[in-house]
Amino acid sequence: MGELLKVTDLTKRFGGLVAVNHVTFSVREGEIVSVIGPNGAGKSTLFKLISSFLRPTSGEVQFKGERISGLAPHIAARRGVVRTFQETTIFKGMSVRDNVITAHHLRSKAGLAGFYFGSAVARNDQMEFARSAEEIVNFVGLGALAEERASNLPHGHLRALGIAIGLATNPTVLLLDEPFAGMNHEETQRAIELVRDVRGRGVTILLVEHDMPAVMKISDRIVVLNFGERIAEGTPQEIQNNEKVIEAYLGRVDESIGL
Amino acid sequence: MSFRGKIAAVAAFLIVVFVVVPWLIAATGRSDLYYTLTSVALLAIAGAGVWITFYIGRINMGQGAYALIGGYACAILVVKCGISFWVSLPLAGLVCAAASVLVGLPILRLRGTYFCMITLVFTEVARLSALALPITNGAKGISNIPLPGPIEVFGVVLVPDFSTLANSRLAFYFLSAGLMVLCFAGLYRLVHSRMGQLCLSLQQNEELASSIGVNIANLRVIAYAISSFLGGVGGALFISISQSIYPSSFTVNDSLNFMLSCFLGGLGYVFGPIIGTFVLYFGWDLLFTTGEYQLLIYSTILIALILVLPNGILSLRPYGWKRGT
Repeated sequence: MGELLKVTDLTKRFGGLVAVNHVTFSVREGEIVSVIGPNGAGKSTLFKLISSFLRPTSGEVQFKGERISGLAPHIAARRGVVRTFQETTIFKGMSVRDNVITAHHLRSKAGLAGFYFGSAVARNDQMEFARSAEEIVNFVGLGALAEERASNLPHGHLRALGIAIGLATNPTVLLLDEPFAGMNHEETQRAIELVRDVRGRGVTILLVEHDMPAVMKISDRIVVLNFGERIAEGTPQEIQNNEKVIEAYLGRVDESIGL
Repeated sequence: MSFRGKIAAVAAFLIVVFVVVPWLIAATGRSDLYYTLTSVALLAIAGAGVWITFYIGRINMGQGAYALIGGYACAILVVKCGISFWVSLPLAGLVCAAASVLVGLPILRLRGTYFCMITLVFTEVARLSALALPITNGAKGISNIPLPGPIEVFGVVLVPDFSTLANSRLAFYFLSAGLMVLCFAGLYRLVHSRMGQLCLSLQQNEELASSIGVNIANLRVIAYAISSFLGGVGGALFISISQSIYPSSFTVNDSLNFMLSCFLGGLGYVFGPIIGTFVLYFGWDLLFTTGEYQLLIYSTILIALILVLPNGILSLRPYGWKRGT
Protein backbone atom coordinates (compact mmCIF):
# COMPACT_ATOMS: atom_id res chain seq x y z
CA MET A 1 0.00 0.00 0.00
CA GLY A 2 1.85 3.01 -1.27
CA GLU A 3 1.17 6.62 -0.44
CA LEU A 4 -1.51 7.78 -2.83
CA LEU A 5 -2.17 11.28 -1.66
CA LYS A 6 0.53 13.33 -0.02
CA VAL A 7 -0.15 16.70 1.59
CA THR A 8 3.12 18.54 2.22
CA ASP A 9 3.46 21.68 4.28
CA LEU A 10 0.16 23.00 2.94
CA THR A 11 -0.71 26.59 3.88
CA LYS A 12 -3.61 28.82 2.91
CA ARG A 13 -3.91 32.43 4.00
CA PHE A 14 -6.98 34.62 3.54
CA GLY A 15 -5.57 38.08 4.14
CA GLY A 16 -4.40 38.01 7.74
CA LEU A 17 -6.14 34.75 8.57
CA VAL A 18 -4.18 31.55 8.27
CA ALA A 19 -6.88 28.97 7.55
CA VAL A 20 -4.52 26.07 6.97
CA ASN A 21 -1.08 26.27 8.53
CA HIS A 22 1.77 23.98 7.34
CA VAL A 23 -0.31 20.83 7.33
CA THR A 24 1.39 17.58 6.37
CA PHE A 25 -0.12 14.11 6.15
CA SER A 26 -0.64 11.35 3.65
CA VAL A 27 -3.29 8.86 2.62
CA ARG A 28 -2.39 5.33 1.60
CA GLU A 29 -4.17 3.31 -1.01
CA GLY A 30 -7.38 1.67 0.20
CA GLU A 31 -7.55 3.60 3.47
CA ILE A 32 -10.38 5.52 5.04
CA VAL A 33 -8.86 8.63 6.58
CA SER A 34 -10.90 11.26 8.43
CA VAL A 35 -10.07 14.88 9.05
CA ILE A 36 -11.70 16.21 12.22
CA GLY A 37 -11.47 19.37 14.25
CA PRO A 38 -13.62 21.98 15.99
CA ASN A 39 -15.55 24.52 13.90
CA GLY A 40 -13.26 26.86 12.01
CA ALA A 41 -10.32 24.49 12.26
CA GLY A 42 -9.74 24.72 8.50
CA LYS A 43 -11.19 21.38 7.45
CA SER A 44 -13.25 22.73 4.58
CA THR A 45 -10.38 24.85 3.33
CA LEU A 46 -8.10 21.83 3.41
CA PHE A 47 -10.67 19.95 1.36
CA LYS A 48 -10.90 22.69 -1.22
CA LEU A 49 -7.12 22.81 -1.48
CA ILE A 50 -6.87 19.08 -2.10
CA SER A 51 -9.59 19.12 -4.76
CA SER A 52 -8.04 22.21 -6.40
CA PHE A 53 -11.04 24.45 -5.74
CA LEU A 54 -8.59 26.76 -3.97
CA ARG A 55 -4.96 27.56 -4.70
CA PRO A 56 -2.57 27.06 -1.77
CA THR A 57 -0.44 29.95 -0.51
CA SER A 58 2.45 27.54 -0.10
CA GLY A 59 3.04 23.82 0.07
CA GLU A 60 1.51 21.28 -2.24
CA VAL A 61 -0.68 18.24 -2.66
CA GLN A 62 0.70 15.32 -4.60
CA PHE A 63 -1.30 12.49 -6.08
CA LYS A 64 0.70 9.48 -7.26
CA GLY A 65 3.78 11.67 -7.15
CA GLU A 66 2.30 14.46 -9.30
CA ARG A 67 1.28 17.86 -8.03
CA ILE A 68 -2.49 18.35 -8.21
CA SER A 69 -2.92 21.45 -6.08
CA GLY A 70 -3.33 24.90 -7.61
CA LEU A 71 -4.68 23.55 -10.90
CA ALA A 72 -8.42 23.46 -11.54
CA PRO A 73 -11.16 21.22 -10.11
CA HIS A 74 -11.80 19.46 -13.41
CA ILE A 75 -8.11 18.63 -13.78
CA ALA A 76 -7.88 17.16 -10.29
CA ALA A 77 -11.02 15.16 -11.09
CA ARG A 78 -9.50 13.95 -14.34
CA ARG A 79 -6.46 12.67 -12.43
CA GLY A 80 -8.75 10.75 -10.07
CA VAL A 81 -9.25 12.98 -7.02
CA VAL A 82 -12.95 13.80 -6.79
CA ARG A 83 -14.84 15.56 -4.04
CA THR A 84 -18.48 15.37 -3.01
CA PHE A 85 -20.37 18.26 -1.48
CA GLN A 86 -22.84 18.67 1.28
CA GLU A 87 -26.38 17.72 0.48
CA THR A 88 -27.71 20.68 -1.48
CA THR A 89 -25.10 20.38 -4.19
CA ILE A 90 -26.74 18.15 -6.78
CA PHE A 91 -28.27 18.78 -10.20
CA LYS A 92 -31.65 19.66 -8.70
CA GLY A 93 -33.73 19.75 -11.85
CA MET A 94 -32.61 16.37 -13.16
CA SER A 95 -33.82 12.91 -12.25
CA VAL A 96 -31.63 10.79 -9.99
CA ARG A 97 -30.57 8.71 -12.97
CA ASP A 98 -29.72 11.75 -15.10
CA ASN A 99 -27.63 13.15 -12.27
CA VAL A 100 -25.52 10.03 -12.32
CA ILE A 101 -25.43 9.73 -16.11
CA THR A 102 -24.24 13.33 -16.39
CA ALA A 103 -21.49 12.62 -13.89
CA HIS A 104 -20.01 10.00 -16.23
CA HIS A 105 -18.39 12.82 -18.17
CA LEU A 106 -14.83 11.66 -17.50
CA ARG A 107 -15.56 8.22 -18.88
CA SER A 108 -16.64 9.43 -22.31
CA LYS A 109 -14.45 8.36 -25.18
CA ALA A 110 -16.29 10.43 -27.79
CA GLY A 111 -15.99 14.22 -28.08
CA LEU A 112 -18.90 16.65 -27.99
CA ALA A 113 -19.08 16.64 -31.80
CA GLY A 114 -19.25 12.84 -31.74
CA PHE A 115 -22.18 13.02 -29.36
CA TYR A 116 -23.83 15.69 -31.50
CA PHE A 117 -23.69 13.63 -34.67
CA GLY A 118 -24.33 10.36 -32.86
CA SER A 119 -21.11 8.57 -33.84
CA ALA A 120 -20.72 4.87 -33.05
CA VAL A 121 -18.29 5.65 -30.21
CA ALA A 122 -20.74 8.14 -28.75
CA ARG A 123 -23.65 5.72 -28.92
CA ASN A 124 -21.50 3.12 -27.25
CA ASP A 125 -20.61 5.65 -24.52
CA GLN A 126 -24.27 6.46 -24.08
CA MET A 127 -25.18 2.82 -23.55
CA GLU A 128 -22.26 2.30 -21.21
CA PHE A 129 -23.22 5.39 -19.14
CA ALA A 130 -26.79 4.17 -18.80
CA ARG A 131 -25.69 0.69 -17.75
CA SER A 132 -23.14 1.98 -15.27
CA ALA A 133 -25.53 4.61 -13.88
CA GLU A 134 -28.09 1.86 -13.28
CA GLU A 135 -25.50 -0.14 -11.38
CA ILE A 136 -24.32 2.82 -9.28
CA VAL A 137 -27.85 3.99 -8.45
CA ASN A 138 -28.68 0.50 -7.22
CA PHE A 139 -25.38 0.28 -5.35
CA VAL A 140 -26.13 3.37 -3.25
CA GLY A 141 -29.66 2.12 -2.66
CA LEU A 142 -31.60 4.59 -4.79
CA GLY A 143 -32.78 2.04 -7.35
CA ALA A 144 -36.46 2.61 -6.57
CA LEU A 145 -36.06 6.38 -6.88
CA ALA A 146 -34.12 6.49 -10.16
CA GLU A 147 -36.85 8.41 -11.98
CA GLU A 148 -37.47 10.86 -9.14
CA ARG A 149 -36.54 14.50 -9.56
CA ALA A 150 -33.46 15.01 -7.40
CA SER A 151 -34.87 18.07 -5.62
CA ASN A 152 -37.66 15.87 -4.21
CA LEU A 153 -35.32 13.49 -2.40
CA PRO A 154 -35.20 13.48 1.40
CA HIS A 155 -32.07 14.35 3.32
CA GLY A 156 -30.38 10.98 3.69
CA HIS A 157 -30.95 10.06 0.07
CA LEU A 158 -29.35 13.29 -1.11
CA ARG A 159 -26.07 12.20 0.48
CA ALA A 160 -26.30 8.85 -1.25
CA LEU A 161 -26.90 10.67 -4.52
CA GLY A 162 -23.85 12.84 -3.88
CA ILE A 163 -21.75 9.71 -3.40
CA ALA A 164 -23.28 8.16 -6.52
CA ILE A 165 -22.30 11.25 -8.51
CA GLY A 166 -18.78 10.96 -7.15
CA LEU A 167 -18.58 7.27 -8.00
CA ALA A 168 -19.71 7.90 -11.56
CA THR A 169 -16.47 9.76 -12.22
CA ASN A 170 -14.55 6.58 -11.44
CA PRO A 171 -12.37 8.19 -8.75
CA THR A 172 -9.21 6.81 -7.20
CA VAL A 173 -9.64 9.02 -4.13
CA LEU A 174 -13.07 10.22 -3.09
CA LEU A 175 -13.24 13.22 -0.74
CA LEU A 176 -16.47 13.16 1.27
CA ASP A 177 -17.65 16.41 2.81
CA GLU A 178 -19.53 15.65 6.05
CA PRO A 179 -21.28 12.52 4.80
CA PHE A 180 -23.04 11.92 8.13
CA ALA A 181 -24.08 15.46 9.07
CA GLY A 182 -27.68 15.88 10.17
CA MET A 183 -28.47 12.17 10.13
CA ASN A 184 -30.16 10.15 12.85
CA HIS A 185 -28.56 7.06 14.30
CA GLU A 186 -30.08 4.63 11.86
CA GLU A 187 -29.29 6.74 8.81
CA THR A 188 -25.73 7.12 10.01
CA GLN A 189 -25.37 3.35 10.31
CA ARG A 190 -26.53 2.91 6.74
CA ALA A 191 -24.24 5.68 5.51
CA ILE A 192 -21.26 4.08 7.29
CA GLU A 193 -22.05 0.80 5.54
CA LEU A 194 -22.24 2.62 2.24
CA VAL A 195 -18.88 4.33 2.72
CA ARG A 196 -17.33 0.96 3.60
CA ASP A 197 -18.85 -0.56 0.48
CA VAL A 198 -17.42 2.28 -1.58
CA ARG A 199 -14.00 1.44 -0.20
CA GLY A 200 -14.75 -2.16 -1.09
CA ARG A 201 -14.91 -1.04 -4.74
CA GLY A 202 -11.28 -0.04 -4.49
CA VAL A 203 -11.82 3.66 -3.80
CA THR A 204 -9.61 5.35 -1.23
CA ILE A 205 -11.57 7.69 1.03
CA LEU A 206 -10.73 10.92 2.78
CA LEU A 207 -13.57 12.46 4.75
CA VAL A 208 -14.29 15.53 6.80
CA GLU A 209 -16.81 14.95 9.56
CA HIS A 210 -18.26 16.25 12.82
CA ASP A 211 -19.98 13.08 13.95
CA MET A 212 -17.33 11.62 16.29
CA PRO A 213 -18.83 8.20 17.00
CA ALA A 214 -19.17 7.62 13.25
CA VAL A 215 -15.61 8.79 12.60
CA MET A 216 -14.24 6.52 15.31
CA LYS A 217 -16.11 3.59 13.86
CA ILE A 218 -15.17 4.02 10.25
CA SER A 219 -11.67 5.47 10.09
CA ASP A 220 -8.39 3.64 9.70
CA ARG A 221 -6.59 6.82 10.64
CA ILE A 222 -7.63 10.27 11.80
CA VAL A 223 -6.01 13.66 11.28
CA VAL A 224 -6.98 16.34 13.80
CA LEU A 225 -6.86 20.02 12.92
CA ASN A 226 -7.16 22.95 15.29
CA PHE A 227 -6.79 26.59 14.23
CA GLY A 228 -5.44 25.42 10.89
CA GLU A 229 -2.68 23.27 12.36
CA ARG A 230 -2.39 19.53 12.48
CA ILE A 231 -2.33 18.72 16.18
CA ALA A 232 -2.54 14.95 15.99
CA GLU A 233 -2.65 12.00 13.67
CA GLY A 234 -3.23 8.34 14.40
CA THR A 235 -5.65 5.47 14.77
CA PRO A 236 -9.02 6.15 16.41
CA GLN A 237 -7.66 4.55 19.58
CA GLU A 238 -4.66 6.86 19.70
CA ILE A 239 -6.74 9.94 18.94
CA GLN A 240 -9.23 9.20 21.72
CA ASN A 241 -6.42 9.20 24.24
CA ASN A 242 -4.51 12.14 22.85
CA GLU A 243 -4.14 15.00 25.35
CA LYS A 244 -3.99 17.73 22.74
CA VAL A 245 -7.13 16.51 21.03
CA ILE A 246 -9.08 16.39 24.25
CA GLU A 247 -7.87 19.88 25.04
CA ALA A 248 -8.88 21.20 21.64
CA TYR A 249 -12.42 19.98 22.21
CA LEU A 250 -13.25 22.35 25.10
CA GLY A 251 -10.31 21.21 27.16
CA ARG A 252 -12.17 18.44 28.97
CA VAL A 253 -13.57 14.98 28.45
CA ASP A 254 -16.71 15.48 26.45
CA GLU A 255 -19.45 13.09 25.53
CA SER A 256 -19.87 14.62 22.13
CA ILE A 257 -16.56 13.26 20.92
CA GLY A 258 -17.47 9.81 22.00
CA LEU A 259 -15.18 9.41 24.97
CA MET B 1 -45.06 13.19 -26.80
CA SER B 2 -44.34 9.91 -28.50
CA PHE B 3 -41.88 9.69 -31.37
CA ARG B 4 -44.73 9.53 -33.87
CA GLY B 5 -46.41 12.51 -32.26
CA LYS B 6 -43.20 14.50 -32.62
CA ILE B 7 -42.81 13.59 -36.29
CA ALA B 8 -46.42 14.59 -36.91
CA ALA B 9 -45.98 17.91 -35.09
CA VAL B 10 -42.81 18.73 -37.03
CA ALA B 11 -44.45 17.81 -40.34
CA ALA B 12 -47.48 19.95 -39.50
CA PHE B 13 -45.24 22.90 -38.60
CA LEU B 14 -43.25 22.59 -41.84
CA ILE B 15 -46.41 22.38 -43.93
CA VAL B 16 -47.86 25.45 -42.24
CA VAL B 17 -44.67 27.46 -42.69
CA PHE B 18 -43.82 26.48 -46.25
CA VAL B 19 -47.22 25.74 -47.82
CA VAL B 20 -50.18 27.09 -45.87
CA VAL B 21 -48.78 30.52 -45.06
CA PRO B 22 -47.65 31.38 -48.63
CA TRP B 23 -50.94 30.05 -49.94
CA LEU B 24 -52.99 32.09 -47.47
CA ILE B 25 -51.01 35.21 -48.21
CA ALA B 26 -51.44 34.71 -51.95
CA ALA B 27 -55.17 34.11 -51.48
CA THR B 28 -55.70 37.20 -49.34
CA GLY B 29 -53.21 39.41 -51.15
CA ARG B 30 -51.65 40.58 -47.87
CA SER B 31 -48.09 40.32 -49.16
CA ASP B 32 -46.94 42.85 -46.52
CA LEU B 33 -47.21 39.95 -44.05
CA TYR B 34 -44.18 38.38 -45.72
CA TYR B 35 -42.00 41.12 -44.34
CA THR B 36 -43.42 40.64 -40.83
CA LEU B 37 -43.03 36.88 -40.88
CA THR B 38 -39.54 37.12 -42.34
CA SER B 39 -38.59 39.42 -39.48
CA VAL B 40 -40.08 37.03 -36.95
CA ALA B 41 -38.02 34.19 -38.41
CA LEU B 42 -34.72 36.05 -38.35
CA LEU B 43 -35.35 37.49 -34.90
CA ALA B 44 -36.17 33.98 -33.70
CA ILE B 45 -32.76 32.84 -34.95
CA ALA B 46 -31.03 35.50 -32.86
CA GLY B 47 -33.42 34.64 -30.00
CA ALA B 48 -32.29 31.02 -30.20
CA GLY B 49 -28.81 32.26 -29.36
CA VAL B 50 -30.06 34.02 -26.25
CA TRP B 51 -31.91 30.86 -25.32
CA ILE B 52 -28.63 28.88 -25.31
CA THR B 53 -27.05 31.31 -22.87
CA PHE B 54 -30.11 30.90 -20.67
CA TYR B 55 -29.55 27.17 -20.91
CA ILE B 56 -26.09 27.47 -19.36
CA GLY B 57 -27.54 29.69 -16.64
CA ARG B 58 -26.63 33.15 -17.91
CA ILE B 59 -29.01 35.99 -18.72
CA ASN B 60 -27.84 37.50 -21.98
CA MET B 61 -28.97 41.07 -22.67
CA GLY B 62 -26.40 41.75 -25.35
CA GLN B 63 -27.57 39.83 -28.39
CA GLY B 64 -28.33 43.09 -30.21
CA ALA B 65 -24.60 43.81 -30.26
CA TYR B 66 -23.88 40.58 -32.08
CA ALA B 67 -26.74 41.14 -34.49
CA LEU B 68 -25.22 44.55 -35.24
CA ILE B 69 -21.69 43.15 -35.61
CA GLY B 70 -23.01 40.37 -37.86
CA GLY B 71 -24.95 42.85 -39.94
CA TYR B 72 -21.97 45.13 -40.42
CA ALA B 73 -19.61 42.22 -41.07
CA CYS B 74 -21.91 40.90 -43.77
CA ALA B 75 -22.44 44.36 -45.29
CA ILE B 76 -18.72 45.09 -45.40
CA LEU B 77 -17.91 41.69 -46.88
CA VAL B 78 -20.55 42.08 -49.58
CA VAL B 79 -20.10 45.77 -50.42
CA LYS B 80 -16.42 46.44 -49.83
CA CYS B 81 -14.88 43.03 -50.45
CA GLY B 82 -17.32 41.88 -53.11
CA ILE B 83 -17.84 38.49 -51.53
CA SER B 84 -21.06 36.64 -52.30
CA PHE B 85 -23.84 37.01 -49.72
CA TRP B 86 -24.03 33.25 -49.33
CA VAL B 87 -20.43 33.11 -48.15
CA SER B 88 -20.70 36.32 -46.13
CA LEU B 89 -23.68 35.04 -44.15
CA PRO B 90 -21.84 32.25 -42.30
CA LEU B 91 -18.68 34.38 -42.19
CA ALA B 92 -20.61 37.11 -40.36
CA GLY B 93 -21.67 34.48 -37.86
CA LEU B 94 -18.07 33.35 -37.43
CA VAL B 95 -16.88 36.94 -36.91
CA CYS B 96 -19.40 37.24 -34.09
CA ALA B 97 -18.38 33.89 -32.62
CA ALA B 98 -14.74 34.99 -32.62
CA ALA B 99 -15.62 38.31 -31.00
CA SER B 100 -17.70 36.52 -28.37
CA VAL B 101 -14.83 34.21 -27.45
CA LEU B 102 -12.63 37.23 -26.73
CA VAL B 103 -15.35 38.97 -24.74
CA GLY B 104 -16.68 35.79 -23.15
CA LEU B 105 -13.44 34.51 -21.67
CA PRO B 106 -13.30 37.20 -18.99
CA ILE B 107 -17.00 37.97 -18.49
CA LEU B 108 -18.45 34.46 -18.40
CA ARG B 109 -16.91 34.05 -14.97
CA LEU B 110 -19.60 36.42 -13.73
CA ARG B 111 -23.00 35.13 -12.75
CA GLY B 112 -26.52 36.39 -12.30
CA THR B 113 -27.12 40.10 -12.45
CA TYR B 114 -23.43 40.92 -12.90
CA PHE B 115 -23.23 39.08 -16.20
CA CYS B 116 -26.57 40.49 -17.17
CA MET B 117 -25.52 44.11 -16.54
CA ILE B 118 -22.29 43.75 -18.49
CA THR B 119 -24.02 42.30 -21.52
CA LEU B 120 -26.57 45.09 -21.35
CA VAL B 121 -23.76 47.52 -22.06
CA PHE B 122 -22.59 45.63 -25.16
CA THR B 123 -25.34 46.80 -27.46
CA GLU B 124 -24.53 50.40 -26.66
CA VAL B 125 -20.81 49.75 -27.12
CA ALA B 126 -21.49 48.18 -30.51
CA ARG B 127 -23.69 51.10 -31.56
CA LEU B 128 -21.14 53.72 -30.53
CA SER B 129 -18.33 51.79 -32.21
CA ALA B 130 -20.36 51.64 -35.41
CA LEU B 131 -20.78 55.41 -35.18
CA ALA B 132 -17.09 56.04 -34.60
CA LEU B 133 -15.24 53.53 -36.75
CA PRO B 134 -14.30 54.55 -40.31
CA ILE B 135 -15.06 51.12 -41.80
CA THR B 136 -18.71 51.28 -40.73
CA ASN B 137 -19.25 54.67 -42.34
CA GLY B 138 -20.52 56.38 -39.17
CA ALA B 139 -24.10 57.56 -38.86
CA LYS B 140 -24.71 57.23 -42.60
CA GLY B 141 -24.30 53.48 -42.29
CA ILE B 142 -23.98 51.24 -45.28
CA SER B 143 -26.81 51.33 -47.77
CA ASN B 144 -27.44 50.01 -51.28
CA ILE B 145 -26.38 46.54 -50.30
CA PRO B 146 -27.05 44.34 -53.31
CA LEU B 147 -29.63 41.56 -53.08
CA PRO B 148 -28.25 38.03 -52.68
CA GLY B 149 -26.86 36.67 -55.96
CA PRO B 150 -27.41 33.23 -57.42
CA ILE B 151 -25.92 29.97 -56.14
CA GLU B 152 -24.67 27.83 -59.01
CA VAL B 153 -23.05 24.44 -58.79
CA PHE B 154 -21.55 23.20 -62.07
CA GLY B 155 -23.79 25.52 -64.00
CA VAL B 156 -26.95 24.32 -62.29
CA VAL B 157 -28.75 27.22 -60.62
CA LEU B 158 -29.76 26.11 -57.12
CA VAL B 159 -30.89 29.54 -55.92
CA PRO B 160 -31.71 32.24 -58.47
CA ASP B 161 -30.39 35.80 -58.28
CA PHE B 162 -32.78 37.58 -55.89
CA SER B 163 -32.75 40.77 -58.00
CA THR B 164 -34.19 38.91 -61.00
CA LEU B 165 -37.12 37.54 -59.03
CA ALA B 166 -40.58 38.99 -59.49
CA ASN B 167 -41.39 38.36 -55.85
CA SER B 168 -38.25 38.72 -53.76
CA ARG B 169 -40.39 38.95 -50.61
CA LEU B 170 -41.44 35.34 -51.00
CA ALA B 171 -37.82 34.34 -51.61
CA PHE B 172 -36.67 36.12 -48.46
CA TYR B 173 -39.49 34.52 -46.53
CA PHE B 174 -38.40 31.07 -47.66
CA LEU B 175 -34.77 31.91 -46.94
CA SER B 176 -35.26 33.04 -43.37
CA ALA B 177 -37.94 30.49 -42.54
CA GLY B 178 -35.65 27.79 -43.94
CA LEU B 179 -32.71 29.02 -41.89
CA MET B 180 -34.91 29.24 -38.82
CA VAL B 181 -35.99 25.62 -39.23
CA LEU B 182 -32.36 24.59 -39.73
CA CYS B 183 -31.26 26.57 -36.70
CA PHE B 184 -33.88 25.12 -34.40
CA ALA B 185 -33.35 21.59 -35.68
CA GLY B 186 -29.66 22.02 -34.82
CA LEU B 187 -30.52 23.52 -31.45
CA TYR B 188 -32.92 20.68 -30.66
CA ARG B 189 -30.22 18.16 -31.45
CA LEU B 190 -27.72 20.07 -29.33
CA VAL B 191 -29.99 20.17 -26.31
CA HIS B 192 -30.77 16.47 -26.57
CA SER B 193 -27.16 15.42 -27.04
CA ARG B 194 -24.47 15.07 -24.39
CA MET B 195 -23.60 18.75 -24.85
CA GLY B 196 -27.11 19.73 -23.81
CA GLN B 197 -26.84 17.60 -20.71
CA LEU B 198 -23.55 19.25 -19.79
CA CYS B 199 -25.00 22.73 -20.43
CA LEU B 200 -27.87 21.84 -18.13
CA SER B 201 -25.38 20.71 -15.48
CA LEU B 202 -23.74 24.15 -15.72
CA GLN B 203 -27.10 25.82 -15.33
CA GLN B 204 -27.92 23.82 -12.23
CA ASN B 205 -24.60 23.78 -10.42
CA GLU B 206 -21.28 24.93 -11.83
CA GLU B 207 -19.22 23.80 -8.85
CA LEU B 208 -20.57 20.29 -9.00
CA ALA B 209 -20.09 20.25 -12.77
CA SER B 210 -16.43 21.12 -12.37
CA SER B 211 -16.00 18.51 -9.66
CA ILE B 212 -17.17 15.77 -12.02
CA GLY B 213 -14.50 16.84 -14.48
CA VAL B 214 -16.33 19.24 -16.78
CA ASN B 215 -14.13 22.06 -18.04
CA ILE B 216 -16.74 24.67 -17.23
CA ALA B 217 -14.82 27.68 -18.55
CA ASN B 218 -14.46 25.99 -21.91
CA LEU B 219 -18.03 24.84 -22.17
CA ARG B 220 -19.39 28.28 -21.27
CA VAL B 221 -17.33 29.90 -24.00
CA ILE B 222 -18.42 27.31 -26.58
CA ALA B 223 -22.08 27.86 -25.72
CA TYR B 224 -21.65 31.64 -25.82
CA ALA B 225 -19.89 31.44 -29.18
CA ILE B 226 -22.75 29.40 -30.64
CA SER B 227 -25.15 31.94 -29.19
CA SER B 228 -23.31 34.85 -30.81
CA PHE B 229 -22.95 32.99 -34.09
CA LEU B 230 -26.73 32.81 -34.29
CA GLY B 231 -26.99 36.50 -33.38
CA GLY B 232 -24.62 37.33 -36.22
CA VAL B 233 -26.51 35.20 -38.73
CA GLY B 234 -29.75 36.89 -37.68
CA GLY B 235 -28.19 40.32 -38.17
CA ALA B 236 -26.67 39.40 -41.54
CA LEU B 237 -30.02 38.09 -42.73
CA PHE B 238 -31.64 41.33 -41.66
CA ILE B 239 -29.33 43.53 -43.73
CA SER B 240 -29.81 41.41 -46.84
CA ILE B 241 -33.53 42.14 -46.62
CA SER B 242 -33.39 45.79 -45.62
CA GLN B 243 -30.40 46.30 -47.95
CA SER B 244 -28.95 48.76 -45.47
CA ILE B 245 -27.56 48.94 -41.96
CA TYR B 246 -27.17 51.83 -39.54
CA PRO B 247 -25.74 52.04 -36.01
CA SER B 248 -29.33 52.13 -34.76
CA SER B 249 -30.46 49.03 -36.67
CA PHE B 250 -30.20 47.00 -33.46
CA THR B 251 -30.61 48.84 -30.18
CA VAL B 252 -30.79 47.96 -26.51
CA ASN B 253 -34.53 47.49 -27.03
CA ASP B 254 -33.89 44.71 -29.51
CA SER B 255 -31.51 43.04 -27.09
CA LEU B 256 -34.21 43.11 -24.45
CA ASN B 257 -36.77 41.77 -26.89
CA PHE B 258 -34.56 38.80 -27.73
CA MET B 259 -34.38 38.00 -24.04
CA LEU B 260 -38.07 38.64 -23.53
CA SER B 261 -39.03 36.33 -26.37
CA CYS B 262 -37.14 33.51 -24.64
CA PHE B 263 -38.95 34.20 -21.37
CA LEU B 264 -42.27 34.44 -23.09
CA GLY B 265 -41.92 31.25 -25.11
CA GLY B 266 -40.51 29.31 -22.19
CA LEU B 267 -36.93 28.80 -21.09
CA GLY B 268 -37.48 25.08 -20.75
CA TYR B 269 -38.52 24.62 -24.36
CA VAL B 270 -36.22 24.63 -27.34
CA PHE B 271 -38.89 26.13 -29.57
CA GLY B 272 -39.75 28.83 -27.04
CA PRO B 273 -38.00 31.66 -28.92
CA ILE B 274 -40.08 31.03 -32.09
CA ILE B 275 -43.38 31.32 -30.26
CA GLY B 276 -42.08 34.13 -28.07
CA THR B 277 -40.86 36.24 -30.98
CA PHE B 278 -44.05 35.61 -32.91
CA VAL B 279 -46.28 36.68 -30.03
CA LEU B 280 -44.11 39.68 -29.14
CA TYR B 281 -43.97 40.94 -32.70
CA PHE B 282 -47.63 40.43 -33.56
CA GLY B 283 -48.80 41.48 -30.12
CA TRP B 284 -47.09 44.82 -30.58
CA ASP B 285 -48.50 45.28 -34.06
CA LEU B 286 -52.02 44.34 -33.03
CA LEU B 287 -51.99 46.96 -30.29
CA PHE B 288 -51.03 49.63 -32.82
CA THR B 289 -54.64 50.86 -32.99
CA THR B 290 -54.60 51.78 -29.28
CA GLY B 291 -52.30 54.69 -30.11
CA GLU B 292 -50.63 56.34 -27.16
CA TYR B 293 -51.66 53.53 -24.80
CA GLN B 294 -49.84 50.92 -26.89
CA LEU B 295 -46.79 50.60 -24.65
CA LEU B 296 -48.83 50.69 -21.46
CA ILE B 297 -51.19 47.91 -22.50
CA TYR B 298 -48.36 45.91 -24.06
CA SER B 299 -46.21 45.97 -20.94
CA THR B 300 -49.15 45.23 -18.65
CA ILE B 301 -49.99 42.16 -20.69
CA LEU B 302 -46.35 41.06 -20.63
CA ILE B 303 -46.10 41.41 -16.87
CA ALA B 304 -49.36 39.53 -16.44
CA LEU B 305 -48.20 36.76 -18.78
CA ILE B 306 -44.92 36.32 -16.95
CA LEU B 307 -46.77 36.20 -13.62
CA VAL B 308 -49.42 33.75 -14.77
CA LEU B 309 -47.17 31.65 -17.01
CA PRO B 310 -43.71 31.75 -15.45
CA ASN B 311 -42.65 28.79 -17.59
CA GLY B 312 -43.71 30.43 -20.81
CA ILE B 313 -46.46 30.05 -23.36
CA LEU B 314 -45.33 26.54 -24.28
CA SER B 315 -46.11 25.35 -20.77
CA LEU B 316 -49.76 25.79 -21.72
CA ARG B 317 -50.99 22.50 -23.03
CA PRO B 318 -54.41 21.31 -24.11
CA TYR B 319 -55.97 19.11 -21.44
CA GLY B 320 -54.73 15.53 -21.56
CA TRP B 321 -51.40 16.24 -23.26
CA LYS B 322 -48.47 14.81 -21.44
CA ARG B 323 -45.68 17.10 -20.47
CA GLY B 324 -42.69 16.45 -22.68
CA THR B 325 -39.44 18.25 -23.26
